[in-house]
Amino acid sequence: MKRFKWSSLYLIIIFMVLYAPIFYLIFYSFNSGGDMYHFEGFTLDWYKEIFNDTRLLIIVLNTIIVALLSSAISTVLGVAGALAIYYARRRRTKNTLLSLNNVLIVSPDVIIGASFLIFFTMIGIKLGFISVLLAHIAFSVPIVVLMVLPKLEEMSTSIIYAALDLGASRLDVLTKVVLPYITPGIFAGFFMALTYSLDDFAVTFFVTGNGFSTLSVEIYALARQGVSLSINALSALLFLFTMLLVVGYYFITKKTSKIGRMGVRK
Amino acid sequence: MKAKSRNYYLIPYVLWIALFVITPIVLVVYYSFFNIEGDFSLENYQKFFTPVYLKMTLSSFWYALLITFFTLLIAYPTAYLLTKTKHKQLWLLLIIVPSWINLLLKAYAFIGIFGTYGAANKFLEVMGVGGKQILFTDFSFVFVSVYIFLPFMILPIFNALDELNPSFIDASKDLGASSWRTFSRVVFPLTLDGVKSGCQIVFIPALSLFMLTRLIAGNRVITLGTAIEQHFLVTQDWGMGATIAVFLIIFMVVIMLLTGRRKRGEMR
Repeated sequence: MKRFKWSSLYLIIIFMVLYAPIFYLIFYSFNSGGDMYHFEGFTLDWYKEIFNDTRLLIIVLNTIIVALLSSAISTVLGVAGALAIYYARRRRTKNTLLSLNNVLIVSPDVIIGASFLIFFTMIGIKLGFISVLLAHIAFSVPIVVLMVLPKLEEMSTSIIYAALDLGASRLDVLTKVVLPYITPGIFAGFFMALTYSLDDFAVTFFVTGNGFSTLSVEIYALARQGVSLSINALSALLFLFTMLLVVGYYFITKKTSKIGRMGVRK
Repeated sequence: MKAKSRNYYLIPYVLWIALFVITPIVLVVYYSFFNIEGDFSLENYQKFFTPVYLKMTLSSFWYALLITFFTLLIAYPTAYLLTKTKHKQLWLLLIIVPSWINLLLKAYAFIGIFGTYGAANKFLEVMGVGGKQILFTDFSFVFVSVYIFLPFMILPIFNALDELNPSFIDASKDLGASSWRTFSRVVFPLTLDGVKSGCQIVFIPALSLFMLTRLIAGNRVITLGTAIEQHFLVTQDWGMGATIAVFLIIFMVVIMLLTGRRKRGEMR
């Protein structure tokens, strides 16, 4: 009995440490004093300040547009990539494609950022919205591929042959058989791409110019100047938003795993 | 025959690989051969082997090692205990959720917590230790890094432990091994793959952190990542920045080869 208690205590401490900073931030976002040290009184002023800050709202809008656009485009590219790997006949081609796919996943953000900065300046793309969007698409593609590929591999090839035998064209096979089957993977990939894009700081920091900024970059700039409670209010809102995404993602994967498991469960 | 039709999906995908995977790496290597005046030379490589840069590389490795070590030290028991809980998938999800929160915000939270009048100092005062400078020290840097990387280390270890066949543990106990012996001879070796991929996920980004060094370590710690950022965005010496990036890529490949899983194990 005693050992059980120690282990729960350890887990409780870990969970507390993991969540404490986040709730610390949110707690002080309601502080009417100007710092994160003394809680003077309850106020919603910092939230009001955010909603009155047009510049900040534009940045939020930028961030969301970049995230949605980049994850949509990278989902299309990623699905094509997964299909390309799936249909590659030779084992070597498959492995080469997979390793090249993983390069951007394992590379540190600084390297991706620096190399994209060189690349964009070299081909003459002005740093700003377009460069950030391209960078986000680029690093989201491999994630989508990795989310979609397992779904493809788990699909039985006999379904495709059956469709072909019944006279389906290649396009029919894709739109009526393959795509419906891998839809859960596509959604998971889209969500992952979305969170990666919303979270990214380092790569964006390198390829964003003077005029364009996303939330992460803006928070960094603000945080370097010290504590400002409007960042706290912003983080509380972002936390809520992330929670919504997590819940959404959870329900999508839960739905799919139920379907997927029926075949796998013994 | 339809089966022989070409793999058209390759076209956009290979284009993406060529543009955003191969070209940038080639360009980094290419730029590393140009000095700050834009002349072709090996100057940057000579500079990298001077004490200034070697010392920086060493200290960067040292911090990354410390971070990886402490992350593993905390993550392994956590993952182990998590596999023993009821509703373990839910608990695991709760461990992962903080990693989805924007990195900057977590770093910013610690500016408040570790600040001169922050929660950590209040706690120390209550304990009777008295206030201390915590922010902008090595301790705060390592602590926050461990905090940030913890979920990424727990996940692969949890998966490895979860896949472990429990009959191995029963067999070991039946054969008279103590709990510690069962752990060190059976459980740990069988989950080594998870540990390795966890270390890989932590060590490589730890080498290249640059945001945390500025916000939490107050420019005291200079990692390879900080140096790259400095050269690219502050001093505009892209050649030298690219050279450090080349070395970082080399280190990364070496680490991946060292910790890489054997392909056969993955195929099942």
